[in-house]
Amino acid sequence: MSSYSSIVLVKQVPDTSKITGDAMNPNGTIKRSALPAIFNPEDLCALEAALEIKDRFGGTVTVVSMGPPKAAEILRECLYRGADRAILVTDRGAAGSDTLATSYILSQAIKTAGNFDFVFCGRQAIDGDTAQTGPQCAEKLGIPQVAYLLDVIDVKDGHATFKRSIGDGWEIVRTTTPVLVTVIKDANEPRPQAAIKVMRNKHKRVPAEVADPATLAPEDRLEQWSLADINADLERCGFAGSPTKVHKIESIVLKKEGRQLVEPTEAGVRSLVAELVKDRALG
Amino acid sequence: MTKKNPQGEVWIFAEQHEGKLNDVALELCGKARELADALGVKVGAVLPGYNVSGLAQTLVAHGVDRVYLVDDPNLRNFTSSPYAHVMDTLIEKYAPQIVLYGATPTGRDFGPRVASATRSGLTADCTELQIGDVVDSKTQTEYKNLLYQIRPAFGGNIVATIVNPEQWPQMATVREGVFSKNEPDASRTGEIVEEKVEFEPGMLCVEVLERFVEAKTVDLKGARIVVTGGAGVGSKENFQLIRELADALGGAVGASRAAVNCGYIGAEHLVGQTGVTVRPALYVAVGVSGAIQHIAGMQDSAKIIAINSDPDAPIFSIAHYGIVGDLNVIVPWFIKAIHDRPVE
Repeated sequence: MSSYSSIVLVKQVPDTSKITGDAMNPNGTIKRSALPAIFNPEDLCALEAALEIKDRFGGTVTVVSMGPPKAAEILRECLYRGADRAILVTDRGAAGSDTLATSYILSQAIKTAGNFDFVFCGRQAIDGDTAQTGPQCAEKLGIPQVAYLLDVIDVKDGHATFKRSIGDGWEIVRTTTPVLVTVIKDANEPRPQAAIKVMRNKHKRVPAEVADPATLAPEDRLEQWSLADINADLERCGFAGSPTKVHKIESIVLKKEGRQLVEPTEAGVRSLVAELVKDRALG
Repeated sequence: MTKKNPQGEVWIFAEQHEGKLNDVALELCGKARELADALGVKVGAVLPGYNVSGLAQTLVAHGVDRVYLVDDPNLRNFTSSPYAHVMDTLIEKYAPQIVLYGATPTGRDFGPRVASATRSGLTADCTELQIGDVVDSKTQTEYKNLLYQIRPAFGGNIVATIVNPEQWPQMATVREGVFSKNEPDASRTGEIVEEKVEFEPGMLCVEVLERFVEAKTVDLKGARIVVTGGAGVGSKENFQLIRELADALGGAVGASRAAVNCGYIGAEHLVGQTGVTVRPALYVAVGVSGAIQHIAGMQDSAKIIAINSDPDAPIFSIAHYGIVGDLNVIVPWFIKAIHDRPVE
């Protein structure tokens, strides 16, 4: 039986479902520190898809994330669920990267991590919803992509067959490997963390997370890579490598003229309906 | 990288499946026409597919000057690499200044691949596009006639304008319904340019074995009345109340992003920046707080009614009628009042 090597791209994101007034700055931007940081939901499904391939056919799962040292939290969560190896790319030179620069950095990290049969990533991250980084990585790696995975049907002899969503339906596609696959939340139910794997991995840290990296025991050390470690061209990273620039940010003042407050009573609702009928808004 | 070409055309990706053009492709024709007129250039449409030459005239009637037709059996079904290669090759050859894609599953699949290959910027889910000038605050360099790619930004009621000053083409995706389709003009004439693109074997390694398209069950865009439920509805079971109100009004059922994320209803009902944009005669928002991403998709409705227990919910600031109260009490009254309504 053959075994397969999978790489999973994961991202730690602010939990945008928890946005309240308290999480907003006066200028209308968001206070990231006021929101809990979570594992991007569709990236968890991407991890699950890779773990299922490992369970069915054997092989390894390597997770890669780009972010600040704190993002190592989700790498540990991957280990708790069954990933074999975890790598954090962290470097100030990566700050300000748009999707194009991010995909360049991640593709360099993937090339550095070694040979692979599959790259899995979530379709999109909830802090931007752009769905661009996955396809851009595939292009940079020079491999095909299959977007919106619903199901892994079969993997054999250098080929994989997938069911994918096309929005208003589905397709069955067959591809050669290596291939990059983006995963949507309908694909699977991510497994819970395994207690024994939590015990085994909970002390692991990237050096940037600890005050004195020299005190970190070798068996507790998670891999931490800089842009130099992945041979990245700095001109293609961060602000310098990002073609899109924010020209301006405007706060929107929402106001409708002639707004009416309707009494929250049965009579109030009846008079509203009568008005709608009169205005021919209702047939 | 592609050279900056201020005389370059404004392009749209003419998405078709099984010989039928997507609505959003035709919506983009009208917007591309407007942008091209502001710039004094032509509108181009890239039409990849197999046996699709009959669609070219439809594109012309909607405002396109030049249709780049790539008719090839390898393009019968959409797969990412060959479609991206068609776009990369033609961008390289003609250097358009702007390329617009529908933010459909297809546009969002291969558009980023094109952006990566051409090293250009791509802004997802724009809600407005304009032409304008930019002065770089650091270098004081002035850029004339850039594409303003306007979209709600993450978190809060803010809208960001994104530009690509240096790395062209300037590319953006736009959701269905954001722009209105122009009336087609059958008398318009345009040029059809047949292009042949060579594929390497490695680009053709994804094969579509089977394809199933469901009949469209939700027609939000065409509905005269839309009733939308938000997180405030509280549960999947309680969403039945929204359906009952929609039935009573003869309208379609919509949902906010929060309601979809909570699993109350499917994403095909999503109204907003990342869903469908609607302009119905009457829009009823129930338990919807009114994030800017939602408002972007419904603010042009002729009449807006908001029902929410939180008097400070932003939705009230764009509603024509606001009812502050418990939706579980108000909605049943609403349904009853509709059934009892006077007939004009």
